[in-house]
Amino acid sequence: MASALLVLEDGTVFTGEALGASTHSHGEVVFCTGMTGYQEALTDPSFAEQILVMTYPLQGNYGINSDDIESRRIQVRAFVVREECDTPVHWRSKMTLHDYLTENGIPGISGVDTRALTRKLRAGGVMMGTVTHDETKEQALARLRDLPRYGATDLVPWVSTRRPYAYPDEERTHGPRVVVLDLGVKYNILRTLHKLGCRPTAVPCDTTADDILAMNPDGVLLSPGPGDPALLGYAVETARKLVGKVPMMGICLGHQVVGEAFGAKSFKLKFGHRGANHPVRDEKSGRVYVTAQNHGYAIDEDGLAADIEVSHRNLNDGTVEGLRHTREPLMTIQYHSEASPGPHDSMYLFDDFLKMVEAVKA
Amino acid sequence: MNKPKKVLIIGSGPIVIGQAAEFDYAGTQACKAMREEGVTSVLVNSNPATIMTDEDVADIVYIEPIDVDVITRIIERERPDGLLPTLGGQTGLNMAVKLHEAGVLERFNVRLLGTPLEAIRTAEDRELFRAMLDEIGEPTPQSMIVTNDEQAVEALKLVGLPAIIRPAYTLGGTGGGVAYSVEEYRRIVGTGIEASPIGQVLVEQSLLGWKEVEYEVMRDSAGNVITVCNMENFDAMGVHTGDSIVVAPSQTLPDKEYQMLRSASLKIITKLGIEGGCNVQLALAPNPETTPWDVPAGATLPPYFVIEVNPRVSRSSALASKATGYPIARVAAKIAIGKTLDQIPNAVTQKTTAAFEPALDYVVVKIPRWPFDKFQFGDRTLGTQMKATGEVMAVDRSFEGALQKAVRSLEVGGRSLLWEDAGWQDNAVERPMHPTDERLWSIMAALRRGADLLALSRSTGVDMWFLHKLTNIVNMEKRLLSESLTPDLLRAAKRMSFSDKQIATLSDRLPEQVRALREEWDIRPVYKMVDTCAAEFDAATPYFYSTYEQENEAIAEPGKKALVIGSGPIRIGQGIEFDYCSVQAAWALGKAGYQSIMVNSNPETVSTDFDTSDRLYFEPLDEESIRDIIANEAGAGAEGGGEPPPSIVQFGGQTAINLAGPLHNANLPIIGSSNETIDLAEDRRRFEEFLSGIGVPQPPGAAVTNVEDAILTAERLGYPVLVRPSYVLGGRAMEIVQNPTELARFAKEAADVADGKPILIDKYLEGKEVEVDAICDGERVLIPGIMEHIERAGVHSGDSMAVYPGIHLTADEVDTIVDYTTRIGLAIEARGLVNVQYVIMPSDDPARTGASDIYVIEVNPRGSRTVPFLSKVTGVPMVELAVNIMLGTSLEQQGYEGGLWPRRNLVAVKAPVFSMSKLIGVDTYLGPEMKSTGEVMGVDIDFPAALTKALMSADLALKPQGGVLLSVADRHKTEMLPTIRALHEAGFTLYATDGTAAFISALGLPVSTVEKGLSGGHPNVVDVIQDGTVSCVINTPEGRYTGTLRDGFYIRRAATEKRIPCFTSIDTARAAVEALTATLSRGGSVAYQVRPIQEYREGTRAEGQRA
Repeated sequence: MASALLVLEDGTVFTGEALGASTHSHGEVVFCTGMTGYQEALTDPSFAEQILVMTYPLQGNYGINSDDIESRRIQVRAFVVREECDTPVHWRSKMTLHDYLTENGIPGISGVDTRALTRKLRAGGVMMGTVTHDETKEQALARLRDLPRYGATDLVPWVSTRRPYAYPDEERTHGPRVVVLDLGVKYNILRTLHKLGCRPTAVPCDTTADDILAMNPDGVLLSPGPGDPALLGYAVETARKLVGKVPMMGICLGHQVVGEAFGAKSFKLKFGHRGANHPVRDEKSGRVYVTAQNHGYAIDEDGLAADIEVSHRNLNDGTVEGLRHTREPLMTIQYHSEASPGPHDSMYLFDDFLKMVEAVKA
Repeated sequence: MNKPKKVLIIGSGPIVIGQAAEFDYAGTQACKAMREEGVTSVLVNSNPATIMTDEDVADIVYIEPIDVDVITRIIERERPDGLLPTLGGQTGLNMAVKLHEAGVLERFNVRLLGTPLEAIRTAEDRELFRAMLDEIGEPTPQSMIVTNDEQAVEALKLVGLPAIIRPAYTLGGTGGGVAYSVEEYRRIVGTGIEASPIGQVLVEQSLLGWKEVEYEVMRDSAGNVITVCNMENFDAMGVHTGDSIVVAPSQTLPDKEYQMLRSASLKIITKLGIEGGCNVQLALAPNPETTPWDVPAGATLPPYFVIEVNPRVSRSSALASKATGYPIARVAAKIAIGKTLDQIPNAVTQKTTAAFEPALDYVVVKIPRWPFDKFQFGDRTLGTQMKATGEVMAVDRSFEGALQKAVRSLEVGGRSLLWEDAGWQDNAVERPMHPTDERLWSIMAALRRGADLLALSRSTGVDMWFLHKLTNIVNMEKRLLSESLTPDLLRAAKRMSFSDKQIATLSDRLPEQVRALREEWDIRPVYKMVDTCAAEFDAATPYFYSTYEQENEAIAEPGKKALVIGSGPIRIGQGIEFDYCSVQAAWALGKAGYQSIMVNSNPETVSTDFDTSDRLYFEPLDEESIRDIIANEAGAGAEGGGEPPPSIVQFGGQTAINLAGPLHNANLPIIGSSNETIDLAEDRRRFEEFLSGIGVPQPPGAAVTNVEDAILTAERLGYPVLVRPSYVLGGRAMEIVQNPTELARFAKEAADVADGKPILIDKYLEGKEVEVDAICDGERVLIPGIMEHIERAGVHSGDSMAVYPGIHLTADEVDTIVDYTTRIGLAIEARGLVNVQYVIMPSDDPARTGASDIYVIEVNPRGSRTVPFLSKVTGVPMVELAVNIMLGTSLEQQGYEGGLWPRRNLVAVKAPVFSMSKLIGVDTYLGPEMKSTGEVMGVDIDFPAALTKALMSADLALKPQGGVLLSVADRHKTEMLPTIRALHEAGFTLYATDGTAAFISALGLPVSTVEKGLSGGHPNVVDVIQDGTVSCVINTPEGRYTGTLRDGFYIRRAATEKRIPCFTSIDTARAAVEALTATLSRGGSVAYQVRPIQEYREGTRAEGQRA
């Protein structure tokens, strides 16, 4: 079996077996502690420009199917696993993980002591790295040195849709019209809105507030997506203008955009929150929810305007997990109520959003 | 809710199949949780071999029967304001329900804590449960409640064959089964209704072949819900989950399926209103290629059904706790007293709270440990009735690795995954693959011979994913067989946790050579931490497993330390007692300023709780893993290595003692009795010389190699004789034979199996058996107490009832026993614990008429089964003293003198408990082979009261009046005379088989004769048992090689299945009748005391006690 390297910018090298496309690629190395859902994670646009390390050692067990996708392609730059399963078993499986990565031109590496790697990232913070099938360690390091850092460029335009589209294709004649500002939307947000009776339409990330309002929406959802929210002046501007005009929900990056719109600054977490087990407390009810998370930045509540309150907080590190406007129909969450992968416990927030939409409509 | 001040915790009683050490673990955690919260704990359990009944664990300890009357008296005296019902298994839960129903809780203002009673009822009552699921739209299989024949017919029409039968409210599904034919269906429904305390079974649509998935979930009073972990069964639906190989987390479920079942589980506990832990079992549609079901076009989610819910801490939750590091019982206990998940700290990370879901970055495999090595004639088929006595768990970074380590942990005759039955050679692929304890090996054998995976998946129901993984192991076996052993190949094999021994077998080397190659090529295991969070947070848990990867997290700590080698899975002959000893040893090391390093493979136990020791290695207890751990703890990763820490092998039963030799040979230090001492006690010839050298007698005997010599020797010794093959072969180690015919048969059988190997023949001394545990430091021998067996010698000591102190022993006998024990302890150079078994015979020396001769039967230089019992009744901290001796502190320095410890003002009776109703085809008579799974203790101020309570706890107490069936061997009839009279006088109606009946009526007592044979007339022996005519059976068999043993078999099985006392030793029967007579003469339940153990020991008198 061909060998492969994972080289980190600090010079650490992990040797393993080649997985996926025979090439090399780089990105910010991040780990995810979710035990299931590799296909959803691979296709999650929020992982754009990142090398994903799964802490669960066995990946590819149930293969790759045609449904469990969150965008139209693999979004991660490379995939790092302890063990990849080349004999997947599932009645929906169409191909192996290896074939899927290969088909999408994405390199991977297996056989890595992913726990050692995770401990390194936890201690030293996330860092740049490269997975390579065709270079020496020195070549890889040299290449890494010259590459731009993750967070230096706005990644949202790369993952956002080029033109508006309705989900699904066929027209529904009634139900709330929800415009989804696509900063890197996951399909499951659109699926969920549709399942709840809405007519969702995704629009490009640079769509202006006026253009959105011209669509006469009953609600607007600011989607999750990759990268540093500080680079998203255009989306922040859009959000600011929409507040008070239409009920709004922000998820993940969408939440951070709203935070920025109300004066908060964002900051980078040492190693992010990525997984399916993060406890979040609803500050009003005191209830704790287990949530799916995937973010490397969080908002600092210090600068928040007076009419914005923190509605949810992370139980582990106290970071802001949700915001609510005291007067206007606006709610945000830092985590993923749409799950996929992860627990479905926060699906009720879509109901809350739709109640807000209904209330304004009425 | 106000926090209670004093909480009653009910334990689960004796270890039986379906209820093992996991509830000691749960109860111990609950007590610890109460202490942390400043709540006083009052604990009641009849099982003395538990850590929870340690006075350092619970605040007030009652070792008393788990009985409404007894617990009412405890409540009356202690006035707890709360009762924790969900931590003592089904026994504790049922008792809580009974106390509630009897109005006791209300009368004394005791609040039922945690999950409300209504939720428990809804979860346990099939009909209510189904109605609840219907209400919330969760799917259940087609089923019908059946209480009579008419309903049974109707139910069969509804669900079709095969049908599953599940009795309501029984332990481990006792009495249930899968019926493939109408006859089978009728039979199982019948026994199921019988087994259910409410006479109810559920007849259910078969989901055979579906995936079985479990979720361990928690909910608090604020409504917060979390999943601790999910588990997937290797064995598909149809095999009891306690008998299934289980893997955590699930391996074959995509996220959408994982979440679908998770959401369903959370929805159910929310609807039920659980406050604490709960287990949800679900069936999920499998691969349709294997087990067909209709896949609707465009379907993305397979159908599933909810099977059942356990509204309490269970065996699965113990497994989930150990698999994840999340202490379910502790958290459940805190929830019960009003805490919410976010208020409970995560003891592992010490930064986060209990409100999260553990993330695993490893694979966990559990394999049940079945008793069929003991019960060769038992029905090995696995179904809905659990048969395993215990289980092992292994952790690794791959499924292959975890599975192989789990197999090694089973300790079934050193069997690795390579083992094959000789009879499988020719038909390994075609053999039927129905579930048995050996199916995993059968599947491996089939795969080695190229079996088609899909066909194999169809015939076994095992998901193809698992079969692919097993194929990976087979492929590695083939590489090791055919390729030369290179560093790369060896490393690859070790990554699948092939043992050195397996690799040696396959690559034609010695295990030691493989070890040497590993050292040469630097292929060593690293140890990784179980931390609940997949390394996301810095955790301080000292809980490790081995794997072959890069980074080692278990860096050796400097300082004094010692390994405690645990006892592995609970099995017959090696139960929870040894876990008690191991835990005490770890604590003693800690007190003495040593780091305690625990090694064990049993997920049910207190010893594998990560806060019991300073470090826990969850590993197989074999030479390879112990040596690797020692090397790691010595810091041997560096050149030259450090000082290897010593090992303690005397507390982990035979498992640990067996490692003494290998450790000694590897030049690794053992503290306590040396390998030389251990070897001396085990080598029959050396031991004989040793005893005669110090002038201590043992029963006469000899080793013979042919039938003729055997018969001559036996003639010389006089019958009966005790015979055994000199090699150990599961299930037929020892027999008592009464005459030359039996002996000839035994000898021939032994010769058939192993020609030329010697047979050991000893004079069988049918005398009083006495057992002693002693503590030796080389200068002194302290004897905490002497225990006298109720059954005469010949019944395995583990199956005997034992009394402390030896109340029927003369002063001379006691002196001789103390003298012999002291001489043996000193001469054999024991350090720490030693157990000696004696038999007392009336002296045949005419000069000493009326005196006794005392013979040594056995010396075990290790902690024995009776150590917890004796520690508790005498108050001597036996394990602690022994550990300190090993560390160099003498008895004198510890403030103890030699000799017999002053007897306490109490009497304690230990009684064995059997799980025979779960083991079809197993004969229940008592003999030299141990059969019991657990034990109970009755303690009181006098013998009749202690005996009464022991019998109550062992479910052997006689109910006054009713019928008793007697079928007694000729040689016992005379001795039975007083017992028969006493039964008659106590108001029993006597029934007997012809010979015994003739004997009874000759005495002038009324008796009804019952047909012995099953083919003759009615009523026969089985009829009177089944129809409830008799409520007790006394049946003493002649011997294994005579007809009565087989006849008696049906009597004994019928009694076992009817769950009525069945006495196969006249001594037990006599004791039971004496206890009943004493109770009647004292006027019912006031006949015994109910007091904390400490009070009995201190000998203070309760109010109103007779002088």
